[in-house]
Amino acid sequence: MDAELILMQLFSGVALGAILVIAALGLSIIFGMLGVVNFAHGALFMVGAYAGLWVASVTGSFWWGLVAAPIMVGLFGMVIEFVLVRPLYGRSIDDPLLLTFGLGYVLVEAVRIVFGSDGIPFPTPPQLTGVLDLGVGFFPIYRLFVVGVVIAVLVLLWLGLEKTRFGLIVRAGARDPTIMKVLGVDISKVWLLVFGLGAALAALGGVLAGPMRSVNPEMGSLVLAEAFVVTVIGGLGSLLGSIIAGVLVGVAVSMTALFAPEMATIVMFALMAIVLLIRPEGLFGKLA
Amino acid sequence: MTDVIRTIAQRKISRRSALAGLGAGASFLAMPWVARAADDTVRIGFPTPLTGPFAAEAKDQVKSAELAVKQFNDKGGINGRKIELLVRDDKLNGGEAATRTLELIEKDKVHAIVGSLSSAVQLAVNEVTRARGVIYVSISQSDTINEVKDFSKFTFHEALNPHMTAGAVARHTFKKGTKVAYLSADYAYGHEMVRGFKRAQAAIGAENVGEILHPFGAADYSTLMPRLRSMRPDILCISNFGRDQANSIKQAVDFGLKQQMKIVVPVLLHNQRLAVGPEVFEGVVGGANYYWGLESEIPSAKAFNDAYRAANGGAIPTDYGAYGYTGLSSLLLAMQAAGGTDTDKVIAALEGLKYNVAKGPQHYRKCDHQSIQSVLVLESKKKSDMKSDMDLFQVVANEPASEEVLRSCTELGFPA
Repeated sequence: MDAELILMQLFSGVALGAILVIAALGLSIIFGMLGVVNFAHGALFMVGAYAGLWVASVTGSFWWGLVAAPIMVGLFGMVIEFVLVRPLYGRSIDDPLLLTFGLGYVLVEAVRIVFGSDGIPFPTPPQLTGVLDLGVGFFPIYRLFVVGVVIAVLVLLWLGLEKTRFGLIVRAGARDPTIMKVLGVDISKVWLLVFGLGAALAALGGVLAGPMRSVNPEMGSLVLAEAFVVTVIGGLGSLLGSIIAGVLVGVAVSMTALFAPEMATIVMFALMAIVLLIRPEGLFGKLA
Repeated sequence: MTDVIRTIAQRKISRRSALAGLGAGASFLAMPWVARAADDTVRIGFPTPLTGPFAAEAKDQVKSAELAVKQFNDKGGINGRKIELLVRDDKLNGGEAATRTLELIEKDKVHAIVGSLSSAVQLAVNEVTRARGVIYVSISQSDTINEVKDFSKFTFHEALNPHMTAGAVARHTFKKGTKVAYLSADYAYGHEMVRGFKRAQAAIGAENVGEILHPFGAADYSTLMPRLRSMRPDILCISNFGRDQANSIKQAVDFGLKQQMKIVVPVLLHNQRLAVGPEVFEGVVGGANYYWGLESEIPSAKAFNDAYRAANGGAIPTDYGAYGYTGLSSLLLAMQAAGGTDTDKVIAALEGLKYNVAKGPQHYRKCDHQSIQSVLVLESKKKSDMKSDMDLFQVVANEPASEEVLRSCTELGFPA
């Protein structure tokens, strides 16, 4: 086992972590701000991949798909919030959970009816095919691009939440919605936008994943599980926690792959179990 | 991109016909008392993973099985008795498959079971049918199902087995001194295929440079690529199934492995090639039980394709789909020969059966009930070499049906 291979493995882990972060971000934001555990997250991820694929085949360009899918699914997310989730605010946490769980099934079936249950090819955009020599090994250019997009999205999110007035309202609304209402802020509009943002991020993850895997109606179910692991390790509702947990899980999976690759999936859940035993609220979570 | 749209449009049609098929299945469910009242029907249970990562292959199995049933019914069924196919979703789960199989036997009173599409799940079905003394025609790859430990006189293995498939692929790709690395799914299928490859590798004199197991159903293989590259093999042998095959080959190609090594798989899957496109699969070599292109040489393949096209709006049968047809046809032919559904008579008829319904002559070996049949070795075509959307593979070799490629009865532990 040489140092070069270990370095390469470490890098693969961080890159995988970036993919896990983008997959978990939408789930984390919706829970953190709204207290809704969105079980339709994986389905929205999958719908995003199909939306991106569809736009890309109509326009002939991956880039339009990358831009259009999050917008389309984001708007769709707002409709979901307005029509389905809104009536359930104020009830126990189980109600929206069950609702989104069912919604996930409906979306998967709907996609099966429209696009069929077989996988559909989503070619890597021609500008991003090929591999880059990193000095310690080769890495696909497309995956490097995905890491770049994830970093850009995180910076934008941070700026939006920390440096704008809207971000201030969102953060305050998450802390104490009643006071916000008393202060005359229309908090329901904020919730609408936050749910839309969460759905859009799920869709972005889906489009980005498309060229790395085959696109099929069940692609979201595994993502949902991974997103949950990352969110729980990071601490439910903590954005920073999700980011750190995503990278941590990515590196853990990658390092396990070096020594016992058949354990690569289990290690994710083992890590979650250990974190829950030591810190039940997750790495950066607040105790309820 | 335009061919992507066309693919989507075609999928719509096939989806509709699949719905029609499911609708027919549902109508069986809706009126079970009718079925039981007309007690002279011949009922065949068909558990298969309609949902999950092998759904595409399972759906094709059902379509082909339905075609076989329809053809026999059109010709008067079994001694005038109508045949009924009872399709159940086993969700690619051994427990679910065992429950559905038991239900088919106890509640629906089926006369035989055909189906299942995973080396692990079929062993679960096999446990049930063996205990209940019901005939089971298994149409998914397995070596252990024929071995003495798991043998059941009620079980007939119609599919190829890993030993013959991996052996054929290795004979046409490995050479003396070839360095081979293995990436395989960590369950029965992956283990059995690697065992088959390694046996051939030893006989040929190739060299094993490393083995990696990956979890079944994994979506990301990126963390395995640096190690595979560092093994510096001439051939990378990827033994997994369904979407795992599509994802792992896609990512191996993304990481540039194909420039350095040849990718070889035990079974080159029609549907997965469609799911990731010709550029990714170009040059990948693998085995198969069936390829529609056989129709230019084999009359029974032409007849099967034509009947399938007529029943499915011009679509062609796939590899695993064909198992539904050959498996069910062999059982129904034996029932015809036996003049009914008496278990012992049908077993005797299956043991004596010679059939050629889609891919040339086949028959069941008496000691272990393995179907002796031809094995295809295919190579995925370059996009520019494809004459049509369905012109996916080049037939590298068609090894004729022969007992030579199987392990002998004595090696399997049967008395000589």
